[in-house]
Amino acid sequence: MSRASADPTQATIKIRGLKKIFRVGDERVHALAGVDLDIYPNEFVAIMGASGSGKSTLMNILGCLDQPTRGEYVLNGHPTHRMGMGRLARVRNREIGFIFQSFELLSRSSALKNVMLPMLYSRDHIFHARKRAKEALMRVGLGERMSHRPNQLSGGQRQRVAVARALVNEPSILLADEPTGNLDSKTTVEIIELFKELHRAGQTIVVVTHEEDVAGQAERIVRLRDGRIISDHPTSEDPIHQGWVRRMSEGQAAIFAEEAGSEADPASKDLVAERGAQG
Amino acid sequence: MSVIIAPVAWVVRLVWQTVFLALGQVWANKVRAVLTALGIIIGVASVIAVISFLDAGRKWILSELDSAVGSRTMWVWGQVPDSQEGVMNWSDVRVTTHEAVLLLEKAPSIESLTPLCQRGWQVGYGRETVRGASVWGVWPSWHEVESRQVTLGRPLTDIDNAERRPVCLINEQAITELKLDIDPVGDYLVLNGRRFLIVGVLETKSGGGIFGGSQPRTELYIPFNTHKMMDPYSGTWFQANMINANAADDAKAEVRFILRKNRGLSGDDEDTFGMDVIQNAIQMFNNFAFVVMVGAGVVVGISLFVGGIGIMNIMLVSVSERTREIGLRKSLGAQPPVVLLQFLVEAVVLCLVGGLIGLGVGFALTRVVMLMQDFPIKDVPVPGYAILIGLGFSASVGIVFGILPAIKAAMLNPIDALRHE
Repeated sequence: MSRASADPTQATIKIRGLKKIFRVGDERVHALAGVDLDIYPNEFVAIMGASGSGKSTLMNILGCLDQPTRGEYVLNGHPTHRMGMGRLARVRNREIGFIFQSFELLSRSSALKNVMLPMLYSRDHIFHARKRAKEALMRVGLGERMSHRPNQLSGGQRQRVAVARALVNEPSILLADEPTGNLDSKTTVEIIELFKELHRAGQTIVVVTHEEDVAGQAERIVRLRDGRIISDHPTSEDPIHQGWVRRMSEGQAAIFAEEAGSEADPASKDLVAERGAQG
Repeated sequence: MSVIIAPVAWVVRLVWQTVFLALGQVWANKVRAVLTALGIIIGVASVIAVISFLDAGRKWILSELDSAVGSRTMWVWGQVPDSQEGVMNWSDVRVTTHEAVLLLEKAPSIESLTPLCQRGWQVGYGRETVRGASVWGVWPSWHEVESRQVTLGRPLTDIDNAERRPVCLINEQAITELKLDIDPVGDYLVLNGRRFLIVGVLETKSGGGIFGGSQPRTELYIPFNTHKMMDPYSGTWFQANMINANAADDAKAEVRFILRKNRGLSGDDEDTFGMDVIQNAIQMFNNFAFVVMVGAGVVVGISLFVGGIGIMNIMLVSVSERTREIGLRKSLGAQPPVVLLQFLVEAVVLCLVGGLIGLGVGFALTRVVMLMQDFPIKDVPVPGYAILIGLGFSASVGIVFGILPAIKAAMLNPIDALRHE
């Protein structure tokens, strides 16, 4: 890809030749060995990779928590690779909504106070902070639980509070790091549905995950290995994902067929059919 | 408008929320907070107690002096300067009634004045005699200068003095010692062979209080001129009241100027008189108070230092306990100075909580001591400036010892902090 590509305001995220080199003793480890990536407004992208693939390093740089050793990263027109930590903090506050695996809510503060937290570090919404936080909580369906503390909420509800907190400053990207890692499968579905809803409303979302079923809900999958992008396809055309989907449905069908064979109960058959359809 | 207001409102909101957060932290770790702030508590309690006691002590000594001799009192006497020893005689330099009148007329800082002379004479009534009774020659203004009024009869008058009348005032001790009538006004005493009419009775006053109560003695007060007529050679001095206790320097300068002029002293001539003010006694107490203050200051300094170390320690613990929280705040856009401010405010709040407890302890300390029997000072108020000093000290300790942990928190790398277990 050429460095002088299209209008920089067009892509929300524009990454060119991104390298990150760590020094471990005398050895130089290339955590990222030249990554080029464009993410456009209102995309829903999953970034996948095994541990050691450079996924976390890319995530940290995408989140403006870390700076690349070489290369460019322009986020919504901000050339972040040229910024110091102070200005990066401001970019994080305005442009990025973080969602973490372990929620990272302040345990002693109410849901509302947690959602107000990003606005504490911004000069933009001083006089409307409470109102905006309430609206964000309403948006994630927690309008009734604003004064609850995190320990009075279920895991799914906690992650919803975190989503509300990520949304409250109207960031240009929502950056989720294994957002369902600490959730059971039912609440995982809930949170993914919430993401899809936000996506439909125009939110750009980047999810870092190693779970194929979570990645499958995105519209584009970017795969990393050894610090490089090895594949970048729309979900429907991603060969690895489609292969996984096939394997899963075949495997499940086999299991259900076996179960169906041993039990000739029509009610359980219906249930199996239903579960197969879900898978 | 909002361009100006917004940044201010932002900082105010930040500090406000941080204060609440810090109070929440203190409340969540009550025991730890109190133990941590123990040094601050002791330090502030000592500041409060020491300042209150010294303050009350100074007031008490002033009032004791006031009731004993009066804090506005000034004395003037004739004195042969060392260089004129042998050249001048004491009678050449002694103060005269003429000078007394001059001082009263010309020195604006002197409110009232009486010349004094005193000697011991034998006093008799009926069969009773008292040898060496103290007999004072005074002007009628003595009543004012010494704030002593008669309890029976009448005070001395200018006519008594001008006519050199043989009249006297006696104190109540004299009634006891001479076995006089309970109302002796109108009776006659024999003083150094002369009959004196008792015109009034005064309360017996011994140099009590801080001067360690001496035995009460028979005392007589007669007109100054009468005294001089009986004994022209007794020593004479002036006792004066200044207009207020702070006029000591003015009064001394005025007296020196007037007396030097009257005595024709010029240029290098030394004063042929001496003077003193009760202020010097107060100065002595102030010196003592200073020594106590320095001693207490050392104690307070040490306890505040130890307290500060405790604060620093607990803040360091707090920073590592809340590393993830710091990481989160940073990832949400908290800039290093904001994180610094947050932890600094927390340290200051912790210290101020300690300071407030110390304030209470110090206050309680003054009350407890006041309740003790034999404690002479009846009221030990805690002065406002002591409270300000105490809280000011604790806030400064918070800033000085909180800055290091706060810097540590501000410098944390958000990635490592978020990954911290």
